[in-house]
Amino acid sequence: MWKILHRIAKTGIVSEPSPALDDGGAECTQIGAELLTILGRALTIREVDAGSCNGCELEIHALNNPYYNLEGYGIKFVASPRHADMLLVTGPVSRHMAFALRRTWEATPDPKLVVAVGDCGRDGGPFGEGYASLGGVDKVIPVDVVVSGCPPRPVELLRGILAAVRRRSP
Amino acid sequence: MNIAALASVSLQRQSSALRVWRGSCQADVWLAAAREVAEGGGRLVSLWGCDRRDGAGSGHFIVSAALATGDGLLCLELPLTADNLIYPDLTPHFACAPRLQRTIYEMLGLDAEGATDFRFWLNHGDWPGDYFPLRREASAREDLSGHEVVDYPFIAVEGDGVHEIPVGPVHAGIIEPGHFRFSIVGEKILRLEERLGYKHKGIDKRFETMPPLQGHRLAGRVSGDTTVAYAWAYCMALESATGIEVPRRALALRALMLERERIANHLGDLGALGNDAAFALGLAQFMRLKEDWLRLNDRLFGHRLMMDCVVPGGTEADLDAEGVVALLAQCNAIECEVRALRDLYDEHAGLQDRFIACGRVTPKLAARLGLTGMAGRASGIAVDLRADFPVPPYADPEVRMATHRNGDVAARVIVRFDEIVESLRLIRHWAAALPEGPIRAEMACPQAGFGIGWVEGWRGEVMVALEIDCGRIRRCHCHDPSWQNWPVLEHAVIGDIVPDFPLINKSFNLSYAGHDR
Ligand code: SF4
Repeated sequence: MWKILHRIAKTGIVSEPSPALDDGGAECTQIGAELLTILGRALTIREVDAGSCNGCELEIHALNNPYYNLEGYGIKFVASPRHADMLLVTGPVSRHMAFALRRTWEATPDPKLVVAVGDCGRDGGPFGEGYASLGGVDKVIPVDVVVSGCPPRPVELLRGILAAVRRRSP
Repeated sequence: MNIAALASVSLQRQSSALRVWRGSCQADVWLAAAREVAEGGGRLVSLWGCDRRDGAGSGHFIVSAALATGDGLLCLELPLTADNLIYPDLTPHFACAPRLQRTIYEMLGLDAEGATDFRFWLNHGDWPGDYFPLRREASAREDLSGHEVVDYPFIAVEGDGVHEIPVGPVHAGIIEPGHFRFSIVGEKILRLEERLGYKHKGIDKRFETMPPLQGHRLAGRVSGDTTVAYAWAYCMALESATGIEVPRRALALRALMLERERIANHLGDLGALGNDAAFALGLAQFMRLKEDWLRLNDRLFGHRLMMDCVVPGGTEADLDAEGVVALLAQCNAIECEVRALRDLYDEHAGLQDRFIACGRVTPKLAARLGLTGMAGRASGIAVDLRADFPVPPYADPEVRMATHRNGDVAARVIVRFDEIVESLRLIRHWAAALPEGPIRAEMACPQAGFGIGWVEGWRGEVMVALEIDCGRIRRCHCHDPSWQNWPVLEHAVIGDIVPDFPLINKSFNLSYAGHDR
């Protein structure tokens, strides 16, 4: 047990900003603060993988690491669309996932936000459209904000989430 | 290549450092060779079909089997005549064959004679069953709307107190989509049946529209977490088809990136495994290390996951002296941290209680089912392309393969820890002595050719078979080791309880995207 405590103490708090990191650390903190001002409450996000290569998922996972400290700003990934304010959707929408995506969107309470992630979420990206790929997320559900990139970096994802929240703030 | 059944077949050795032979034969010889490989302890790496008809009434459909033997890889082609589109069923010899064969039917309408499972696998009913996307006449632009998803006939388990739990395709987390059907009694799993294919995007068809010199970008997106392995395998195939030599510096950089990809994934999964066993500290610590790791990727190679960093003829980015220093310093720092975390994991009774004996695949079962890659090595299957068929720079230094015999979650955790340390050793070795010279050879697009790439990705062996005709990609088949391991997961969970499924699943961490393609 004391080894665990030792490790916690030794690691300290790594959440950005940290002067040594030139990776938009300060920007993350600022985005977080702004989110908090606009929303004034927690933001809950349901992630839906509608056919990605799983690269975008890796970066969305990274958002949850201690550097970005997402939960510290009250942004939380939830397990059910019924608990979500926002859908974060990756991938070109595969024909097989269109139905599940639409159902997830319908299950999300209004007013809901949709952020399409990655070049694939934007327009199908490298997979384009074909017999099994429908292309961008907006082919199936309405999209508020697109975050381009392949995959977008975590800080770009944060910017996209903020942009979507701003759109809906009075 | 020493296979008695192939005595009368002329085999051609691929022009690359890779030990790959290729030949064409008739059905009886094809089957006999496959049987002989299976009996000799070899494995089926992949099975795929191709439409080589030329539109003018000649040419054939081909079914190709890539068989791994003690000598290397044997790519054996079986041409089918137009009036008889069947080939022998390989199920009796290789457990991974059925799903591959079902897919060959869906893509090309070629039937495995003697097979018993005719359920559609990648086609969920969204397009007609007689629409074969990889046939030449299919454009992938047809209007296929109006088709309803059909119910999938899962195999039902009956008995007192048995009930079913359907899970997915959308899961309660940031996870790829797939469906799992559990038959359970109480909490105990009697049977698991997977249904995959939700992410099928038609990548194979998409390749036909790509210029060959651009194909590595699409290959690198078959499974994002394995992008370096796929891009390298694609480039290897293209470079063998062209016969060009890749500069030594580029090869060292590629291997360095491949090992960095292996470490990144192991770091992420070790954290997630801690988390799935309610040890949140493990997740936070490993995610922190992984973030450091990805940031250095970004700084050195221009991309956090190193997508598009391996390119035909070499690599996109070079390492300068300063980069080497940063890289070596990070290797040392991470090694210290990983060793400390390993101690924590080892001594944590609660974690070990969840890991040990959970999701067990015995060496015997693993051999019978053809478990491959990292998970295979944790079940006593000592196969690792980096050690078995090393291509430069892998023979120097030799890779010390990590293996274990227990085949449970704990064993897969141990193998991952061992592989991190070994990959760090390799990276340090190469980085300290990078060969001088260019990082890219000039490459012109070949008019025609065939090549195979075969790379030990972090999950297992990734294979790319590339066929170029008239300067265009006729067929590019990308194989993910998840094809072999998904069916084994169905066995690994039998007798365990449902709440352990996420833990067991994570310990394999198979690719949905790589499988569904
Ligand atoms: S945008 Fe790029 S990383 Fe994201 S799913 Fe598409 S190919 Fe993968």
